[in-house]
Amino acid sequence: METNSGDVLVISGSDDVVRVRQAVRAKAIEIGLSLVDQTKIVTAASEVARNTLDHGGGGTATLLTVQNGNRQGLRLIFEDQGRGIADLDRALTDGYTTGKGLGLGLGGAKRLSNEFSIQSTPGKGTRVVIARWK
Amino acid sequence: MDRIPILQMGRALLITIQVDMHDQLALALEEDLAAKIASSGARGVLIDISSLEIIDSFIGRMLDNIAGVSRLMDAETVVVGMRPAVAITLVELGLSLSGVRTALNVDRGMAIIQQRLHDYEIADGD
Ligand SMILES: Nc1ncnc2c1ncn2[C@@H]1O[C@H](COP(=O)(O)OP(=O)(O)OP(=O)(O)O)[C@@H](O)[C@H]1O
Ligand SMILES: [Mg+2]
Repeated sequence: METNSGDVLVISGSDDVVRVRQAVRAKAIEIGLSLVDQTKIVTAASEVARNTLDHGGGGTATLLTVQNGNRQGLRLIFEDQGRGIADLDRALTDGYTTGKGLGLGLGGAKRLSNEFSIQSTPGKGTRVVIARWK
Repeated sequence: MDRIPILQMGRALLITIQVDMHDQLALALEEDLAAKIASSGARGVLIDISSLEIIDSFIGRMLDNIAGVSRLMDAETVVVGMRPAVAITLVELGLSLSGVRTALNVDRGMAIIQQRLHDYEIADGD
């Protein structure tokens, strides 16, 4: 599997969530994802980017185009140095929120992606990786 | 700060969401709309989302809130023009928007609102 070095976007305000969506859309079009797949990965990215901002206190999004054999994909890495998540299973459960959200973001992002992984250390930060393949 | 314009057409309000909304814009719209319903006595709110390329949980919640607030103020909200890819994605995300009335396009949404206005006119006797 090959990857490129990727574009890094800072997430420090709600305008940045919009910018992440736009950048993900542009990359998804570039690698030729279908309209529905574009919409899914952009929506997933929007959810995770908002979590990075709202719960993680801000961080970064790294956008990578990846190649596996002749399959192309888009991999997105969201990282923050915020408070972290103590119970990942619970955080992934639909309806669980520590804020005033619907608690759908993480579970939804997982359903909308072909690959999903999350690592988090309480007090240190959170890293979420999602990918969508063509 | 920019605002999303709210047009008044008789006793209906029309909102066309054209931009990729950031959060403050969405929150401002909720407040502006509630104030506009109060001042205009509107009984229907049509929200055209045909330009929206995605709906995430934040925008979904905003639409739900708008419909809820409008209902409490005796106005019905109809969301029109959802793109097929957006509908497919919303279901997978887990958002059913069950509190929001939807219609395929502006014409059908307007018909729902006109019917409601008509019912009220009969009830009001004017
Ligand atoms: N980057 C993060 N840092 C710290 N906590 C997080 C992070 N991402 C998610 N969480 C925790 O996981 C919970 C669930 O996240 P999820 O996105 O599913 O729901 P939400 O953000 O609360 O609501 P919604 O996304 O529906 O608006 C959050 O309430 C928060 O406690
Ligand atoms: Mg969330």
